Amino acid sequence: MSSTEAPAEPWAAVARLTPAQVRRRRRSASLRQTWRLFHRNRSGMVGLVLLSAFVAIALLAPALASADGLEVTKATGGVLEPPTRHFLLGTDDNGRSVLTLLIWGSRISLLVGLLATLISMVIGTLVGLTSGFLEGWPAAVLFRLTEWFLVLPFLPLAIVLASVLGRSLLNIALVIGVTSWPGTALLIRSQTLSIKERPYLERARVLGAGRWQQMRKHVLPNVMPMVFANTTLTVAIAILSETTLSFLGLGDPTRVSWGSMLENAFAVGAMTTGAWWFIVPPGLCVVLVVLSFTLVGQALEEVVNPRLRGRRGVSHP
Amino acid sequence: MTSTLAATTAPAPGSSPGSTERAANRSSYPRFLVSKVLGAVGSLFFVLVVNFFLFRVLPGDPARTLGRGRFRTAAQLAQFRHTYGLDQPLPRQFMTFLHNTFTGQLGVSLRYRVPVADLIWERLWPTVLLVGTSTVLATVLGVYIGMLGAWNRGGPFDRLSTGATLTLYSMPEWWLGLLLIAGLAVGLGPLPGIFPTGGLHSTGVDQHGLAGVLDTVWHLTLPVITLTLAYLADYSLVMRSSLLDELGQDYLVTARAKGLRDVLVRRRHAARNALLPTTTITAINIGFVVSGAITIETVFSIPGLGLLSYEAISIPDFWVLQGTFLVASGAVILANLAANLLYGLLDPRVRT
Repeated sequence: MSSTEAPAEPWAAVARLTPAQVRRRRRSASLRQTWRLFHRNRSGMVGLVLLSAFVAIALLAPALASADGLEVTKATGGVLEPPTRHFLLGTDDNGRSVLTLLIWGSRISLLVGLLATLISMVIGTLVGLTSGFLEGWPAAVLFRLTEWFLVLPFLPLAIVLASVLGRSLLNIALVIGVTSWPGTALLIRSQTLSIKERPYLERARVLGAGRWQQMRKHVLPNVMPMVFANTTLTVAIAILSETTLSFLGLGDPTRVSWGSMLENAFAVGAMTTGAWWFIVPPGLCVVLVVLSFTLVGQALEEVVNPRLRGRRGVSHP
Repeated sequence: MTSTLAATTAPAPGSSPGSTERAANRSSYPRFLVSKVLGAVGSLFFVLVVNFFLFRVLPGDPARTLGRGRFRTAAQLAQFRHTYGLDQPLPRQFMTFLHNTFTGQLGVSLRYRVPVADLIWERLWPTVLLVGTSTVLATVLGVYIGMLGAWNRGGPFDRLSTGATLTLYSMPEWWLGLLLIAGLAVGLGPLPGIFPTGGLHSTGVDQHGLAGVLDTVWHLTLPVITLTLAYLADYSLVMRSSLLDELGQDYLVTARAKGLRDVLVRRRHAARNALLPTTTITAINIGFVVSGAITIETVFSIPGLGLLSYEAISIPDFWVLQGTFLVASGAVILANLAANLLYGLLDPRVRT
C-alpha cells in the first residue's frame, strides 16, 4: 500500500512509466548488455579501435593532407622517390606523396565498401525475409533465385557487369552490391523460418495480426541483430572486392583508392624496381581494415548468437 | 566409417531404426540424384539467360557495345547488326544464342581473331594445373591445421593458426603475390631472387622433356604458394569449426571409454565426420577453379583463363568475356552438383 509513496521501490518507479518509456529503458538495457558482452571480447575490441582510427583518418583527410596532393599537375616530388623526411612514404610514379594518396584513398575504399554493403544488405534482407515468411510458390521462386545467384562466380560476373555498365564510383558499389547479396538472403531466410515457428508468433497470429504486422513487429526486430553482425562481415568482403576490381582496372578512373594505387604500382612494375613504399602501405591498409571489420563482425556474431561463444580461439583463450 | 556414421545419424521420427532405415535411404538415392540434376539444369538455364541479357539487353545498343567505336557509318552499323543477328526479334535471338552455345560457337575474339571456344580450350590447362595443385595443397594443409587447432582449442597453436588464417583471409591474394615476387623473385637487398617473376616456361627450354617439366614446376612455385595460402583459411576455419561441433558428441566418449588413444579417437572417429563439410567446400571450390585465378594469373602472367579474362577487360573483348563467364559459371554449377551428390553418398541424412 505504501509502495506508491516510496519512490525508492523500483517497482513503483516502473509502474508510473508509459509503455514508450518502458520500451526505451528495455532497449537501452539491452544495448548496455550487448556492449558489456562485446567489451569482454578482446579481439573484437582491437578491431573496433583499429576501425575507429581508420574512420577518423578518412573523415579528417582534408585536415591531414591537402587535396592538391592528389593532382598530377601539382606534384612536387620526383618519380618513385624513396621515403624521405619530406615524403614520409615516398612518391608514386607521378611524383605525388604516397602518404597523401593513402589518406585520401581511405575515403573511397571505405565509402565504396559501405555503399556496396548497404545495397547488398537491403536486397539480401528483403529477399531473405520474404522468402522465409511467405509460403507457396512466391517463397519457392525467391529461394530458387537466391540459389541461382549464389552459383554465379563473383569475380567474372563483377568483371562483366563493370565492363558493361562503365566505370564509376556508384557502378562499382552497385556491382559489388548486386553480386554479394545471396549469402545474406540465405542467412536471413533460415533465421526467419526458425522465428516463424516460435510460440509468440503463433500467439500473434491467433490474436489476428496480419502478415505485415507479424513481419514488422516480430520477425524483423528479431532478425535485425543477425543482420547487423552480418553487415560488418559483408563490409570486409566488399572492401576486398573493391580493391580487387580497382586493381583489375574496373574502378573509377578519376578517384584514388587503395585498389587503384596498387593497380598503378603494378602497372609501373614497382615490385621489380624495389619501390616497396608504393606496394606495401596500400595493401597493409586493406588488410588492417578488412581484418578489423572481420574481428568486429565475429565479436558481434558471438554476442547475438551465444552458441558461437568460446568457439574462436583468438577471442577466448 | 559406417559405424561412426550410424552413430551420428539420428533416426527420423516414425522411421524404423538401424539397417532398414539405411536400406531405405540407399534406395532413395536415385530420386535424390534426379532432383539435384534437375536443379543443376535449372541453374544452367539461368546462367544462359543472364549471359544473354547481360551482353545484349543491358548495354542499350549491343551493336555499339560489342563493336565499341569501330563504326563510322550507319551502313557499317547495320551490316554488323545483320552479321550478328541483332536485327532479329529478341526471342529469336535467344534461340540462336542457345543453339550457338550448345554447338560450341562462342563468337570470335576481337583481339586474337580466333574462335573463342578454341581460345578457351587452349587456355584452360595452365589454369587447371595452377588452381588444381593449389587446391589439393590447401585442402591437405588446411584440414590438418584446422584439426590440430580444434583438438587443442585455445592452445598456443590454435591461437597462432587462427590469427594467421584470419590475416590471410583478409588479404587480397594478388597483393601477397606481389610481395612474394618482390621478395623471392626479384630479391630483397643482398638476397638474390630465386624464382622467375612470371610466365609458365623459360624461352629456349624444350617444353616436353624432363627439363621442360621441371622448368614449369619452377615457374609455378610462387603462384602455387600464393594461391595455397589464399585458399588455406577457408579449409582450416571450416575444418576447425566442424570438428568443434563433433567434439561434444557421445560417440567420442564411447571411443575413449573403449580405451582408444587420443590420436586414434581424433583420426578414426572425430575427423572423419568433421571432414564432411570440408568435402563439400573442396568440391565447390574446384568449380571456382576457372574464376579464382584471374588476379593471380594476371600478377604472375600465366597464360590461363584468368589472364585471358583480364586482357579482355581493357579492349573490351566482349565475346571472350562472355565465353569465360559461361565456362566459369558452368564449372561452378557442375562442381556444386558433384558436391551435392557426393554429400548424399557420404551422409544419408541430407537426402530429402
